[in-house]
Amino acid sequence: MIPYLSITDQPIDVAAALAAVQTDAAGAVNAFVGTVRNQSGGRAVRRLHYESYDSMALTQLGHVVAQAAAHWPMLEKVAVVHRKGTLALGDVAVVVAVATPHRAESFAACEFIIDTLKQVVTIWKREEYEDGTEWVAAHP
Amino acid sequence: MALKIALFGITRDIVGQPTLEMPAPAPATVGALLDHLRARYPALGQLRSCAVAVNNEYAPAGQALGPNDEIALIPPVAGG
Repeated sequence: MIPYLSITDQPIDVAAALAAVQTDAAGAVNAFVGTVRNQSGGRAVRRLHYESYDSMALTQLGHVVAQAAAHWPMLEKVAVVHRKGTLALGDVAVVVAVATPHRAESFAACEFIIDTLKQVVTIWKREEYEDGTEWVAAHP
Repeated sequence: MALKIALFGITRDIVGQPTLEMPAPAPATVGALLDHLRARYPALGQLRSCAVAVNNEYAPAGQALGPNDEIALIPPVAGG
């Protein structure tokens, strides 16, 4: 299984990510769409800035998908697209789409991929507020 | 041996530049490099974590560094 993985500075086309995992062998397509929220920890967020170490991010994403495929061998197709650069409220930051024969595995594999992405993929998020900016999760 | 280290996110802000060129520490390992950088830039020690990547993979402290390795400092990631 060769996943479709992309880090892009262009707006994410969710329909294209769903189309990338279309296969007649799958009866279930599950997608997680992460969007820019207007508040964080009680502070109003104006916009987000994502920075990526692209080559490592794609390498680590490949590892995450390989782990998912080892755990859920019925995984037919996977697409992960992550945005970088400056995002406005409501913009799509990430899409994870998976296709499996039945729905239970599609929910589980999709959740595993987004959860693990957040732990290992080299992308950083700087939140911009009315009165400054902060790198998310940088400090204890 | 000279090392070139790529910096991202808050580590770039702390060091004040996107890459850092420096002589390899002795011994030339991931752990010695981190010790050296934390001493030179104490704010790195206040981060929740700070990893070193070698050739796009997270590297353990004992890993040796070579002149052709692509080295990067990895502060806490926050994708998604």
